[in-house]
Amino acid sequence: MATITAEHETEASVQDTAPEAVVVRFAGDSGDGMQLTGGQFTLSTALAGNDLATFPDFPAEIRAPQGTLFGVSAFQINFGSQEITTAGDAPDVLVAMNPAALKVNVQALKPGGLVIADTGEFSKRNLDKAKYETNPLEDDSLAKWDVLAFDISALTLEAVKPFGLGNKEALRCKNMWTLGLALWMFDRDRQPLVDWLKNKFAKNPVLADANIAALNAGHAYGETAELAGPLKKLHVDPVPSEPGLYRTITGAEAVSLGLVAGAQLADLPMFFGGYPITPASAILHNLVKMKEFGVTTFQAEDEIAAICAAIGASYAGQLGVTSSSGPGIALKGEAMGLAVMTELPLVIVNSQRGGPSTGLPTKTEQSDLYQAVYGRNGDASLPVVAARSPADAFECAIEACRIAVQFMTPVMLLTDGYIGNASEPWKVPDPASFEPFPVSFLEKNNNPDGNVLPFKRDARGVRPWIKPGTEGLMHRIGGIEKGIDTGNIDYAPQVHQAQTDARKAKVDGVAAAIPPQDVCLGEESGKLAVVGWGSTFGPIHQAVRRARRKGMDVSHIHVRHVWPLPGNLGDLLKGFDKVLVPEMNTGQFKTVLRDQFLVDATPLSKTSGQPFAIAEIEEAIASYFDGVPGHAEGEVPVNETQLPNPEA
Amino acid sequence: MNDMTPIETTLKDWESDQEVRWCPGCGDYAILKAVQRTLPMIGADPKNTVFVSGIGCSSRFPYYVESYGFHTIHGRAPAFATGIKLANPDLDVWLVTGDGDGMSIGGNHTMHVLRRNVNCQIMLFNNEIYGLTKGQYSPTSRTGTNSPTSPVGSVDRPALPCAFALGSGARFIARGYDVSKDLPEVLKAAHAHQGAAFIEIFQNCIVYNKDRFDDFTQKKVADETQVWCNDGEPLLFAKGTKGLALDCDTLSLKVVDVVDGDWKAAGVAVHNVKNRGLAHMLVEMPFGPFPMALGVIYDDPRPTFEGAVVAERAKLIEGKTADLGKLLAKGQTWTVEEKDAAHGLMD
Ligand SMILES: Cc1ncc(C[n+]2csc(CCOP(=O)(O)OP(=O)(O)O)c2C)c(N)n1
Ligand code: SF4
Ligand SMILES: [Mg+2]
Repeated sequence: MATITAEHETEASVQDTAPEAVVVRFAGDSGDGMQLTGGQFTLSTALAGNDLATFPDFPAEIRAPQGTLFGVSAFQINFGSQEITTAGDAPDVLVAMNPAALKVNVQALKPGGLVIADTGEFSKRNLDKAKYETNPLEDDSLAKWDVLAFDISALTLEAVKPFGLGNKEALRCKNMWTLGLALWMFDRDRQPLVDWLKNKFAKNPVLADANIAALNAGHAYGETAELAGPLKKLHVDPVPSEPGLYRTITGAEAVSLGLVAGAQLADLPMFFGGYPITPASAILHNLVKMKEFGVTTFQAEDEIAAICAAIGASYAGQLGVTSSSGPGIALKGEAMGLAVMTELPLVIVNSQRGGPSTGLPTKTEQSDLYQAVYGRNGDASLPVVAARSPADAFECAIEACRIAVQFMTPVMLLTDGYIGNASEPWKVPDPASFEPFPVSFLEKNNNPDGNVLPFKRDARGVRPWIKPGTEGLMHRIGGIEKGIDTGNIDYAPQVHQAQTDARKAKVDGVAAAIPPQDVCLGEESGKLAVVGWGSTFGPIHQAVRRARRKGMDVSHIHVRHVWPLPGNLGDLLKGFDKVLVPEMNTGQFKTVLRDQFLVDATPLSKTSGQPFAIAEIEEAIASYFDGVPGHAEGEVPVNETQLPNPEA
Repeated sequence: MNDMTPIETTLKDWESDQEVRWCPGCGDYAILKAVQRTLPMIGADPKNTVFVSGIGCSSRFPYYVESYGFHTIHGRAPAFATGIKLANPDLDVWLVTGDGDGMSIGGNHTMHVLRRNVNCQIMLFNNEIYGLTKGQYSPTSRTGTNSPTSPVGSVDRPALPCAFALGSGARFIARGYDVSKDLPEVLKAAHAHQGAAFIEIFQNCIVYNKDRFDDFTQKKVADETQVWCNDGEPLLFAKGTKGLALDCDTLSLKVVDVVDGDWKAAGVAVHNVKNRGLAHMLVEMPFGPFPMALGVIYDDPRPTFEGAVVAERAKLIEGKTADLGKLLAKGQTWTVEEKDAAHGLMD
């Protein structure tokens, strides 16, 4: 484990004016190891002290046919010397390992951006597969961009020749060659990569050496090519961040760690039931390796069994957790109702993906909000917490555990494919900085006049948690409506009315146990509030920041507690003339806000499987402000403080 | 099933204060009594005993037993039981399910709880009908069963619960029926088995499938139509005048006459609870000329699931300590010093 101190230095060979942020996209065939290249580049970027955000974008097929357009796998990273909250809109640099990768990604590249292409892969056959009639590297179709095309394949083969690998294996080192070049371009230290390769290929030192040789060759190529072509070395200053220990973290890692931390804070063993599904499986994979923290993992026969086993474990006194994504969450619905009815703690993690049905397994969406908030039979309200970023998922997971055990209720934690796979730097928290919420089980009869009362509610409407195995507290629970206090079967009309009210009041009461809603950027009232939840945080934040720089009176509100909503949110929203809700669905949170607060929330929808670009939200914001060029018909009266748009 | 100190209880101690609400004459009453009689016999401790059920008439069972009880959702009881056992292997878990609950909607979970070998007793009350939903035919109903959804007789072919259980990898298979005086003995053996014990209990639904099992449960035919499987003893019935022998030509069982008690001469097979092939033949016997095989048909324990999970965990955590701070700081880290943090602009 290397602990590296980020240093701020300017080398002579580095460009004079350091850019604030750079967006690089690595694109290749799904077999080219682009996700690995991206992941390692991310690590070295983090080690150099830049803030960053990444966006891995890969096909659903494990091994899509080579060279095809749908087999293209890409990894985008945005890094800079300022706070970074999105993976960036348009790349500055595109590394295209084959014609298909070029075709799929080049239109996203900024005008004047740099294309790095491997001519070795631009054969007639590959051009055909990518549906190019002529070689784009040879006609003028890429005139808008700087193009640096050379035979990376041949250069790699040359570099690894001394190691005697087969042709196929040798070509696999191409990604390391490319990475070496990228490391040179952005002035990154190679040593952590070398260490990593040695470790990864510890059992096969020849492969380690070959990969290191490729890495060094790519780096060396940068040194020499700089003199001739458009290739320039760029140094991006480290971002000034709070002092402390940092690491990079993906959402799936953060959820796993947060669940472990949550169970520890509750002083409970954790039981995790799961059934493989993209993109939720990573959490199960992670937790299997954390069993020393009292974690039991159970790979069930289906999602229903996974949640039922988790509820069984909660009933037996552990913290039951289950995780899936949309289709699996749909299967869990009936069991969630049982957890609501029997008032047992449970955490359900939903890593959302594009739907409906199988939808877009590897792409992101926020379209399970209705499912989370409303998606069960009967009046089965349960708290819903939504993570805004990979790092935020850690705290949200702890929050979900806390609410579940303190209110004896199932809680749903929403993340999505983007948060799950993306990584960002994370200031490693001190476990002692979190307030523990140890659970106490009922040990003695709570009824002086007879049998234990398993459904006797406390002031917050919460029932006691009783473990089987406890002397003298035998009782029966189930999904049938139950009598007040006793929990015995009782269908009497007044009983169902009273218990329905009590279950609702208990969950509504969670609002009093969560922090009030804050405004994360801008004033507490004004012309326009952009209200988001979940992974739209980054693009909304940047768009609002840019709009404010242009003088627009706009604030960003980001809601973590999607259900029940924070008590002050209604009043907060009423302080704004307009409310805009960008969501990666057709307007689900907008509906919840309208329903809860009678506010005129307007949706901004995106359901392409891709996160919002900052520009898309910026444009939507600008349309509210009269006087902004191109938006003369803005809905909101002119804002006095508004400045002319400098970019127009 | 666990290794706790036996507790002294009486049948009364196992009666909850809840009014039993099955139809008068329902076979479930007799099964409830048999269970409440068995629990004191095995020294069960109410505080460590958990009855888990799905949905159906049969699944109301846990409410009537003075122990811990969880009435869950339709078909999923095995999954709940698995979670309970993994969370606390010391609990003695009994599963109650029906032919609809366990073979239809929950068939998948029945298969997996058996193949995993979760240490619990699974009592499947087979009344060959959906009782609670008012009498539709079930996956065990015989072809031709008249019901609200099969007015001219059902057309599907039934499943055999014990054959399904064996096929799923069960290591204990037994059969009994509601009013049988021997049911407690069968339950005792199931409880003594370490691992998933599957017990099919034929149960009379007096309202929707009345007397369906009369052809072998009625007193006057019982001798002729029941063969009780006892480990190490010959498979005899009809007061010892008939027996089951292996037909070597067809590799199946045949009924043979036993003259003067000389079952050896007649070639009657000796029951062996560890013989899986024999178990398959016994549960597949086509009722008709053959008797109904009852008692402990198969009992050959293997390590339990929860035991294996505990062992796996021990292997995974060997040499590791639970240090949350270390876990959070895993992987490649870097430190931002005070001086780096001091400059720059953030908004
Ligand atoms: C998800 C779901 N589907 C359907 C039902 C309705 N239902 C309740 S019990 C039952 C069948 C019960 O049959 P069986 O398991 O044989 O139990 P029995 O009543 O015969 O003891 C059905 C279909 C339900 N409760 N839940
Ligand atoms: S319907 Fe049948 S199984 Fe259900 S309680 Fe009545 S008799 Fe028993
Ligand atoms: Mg039935």
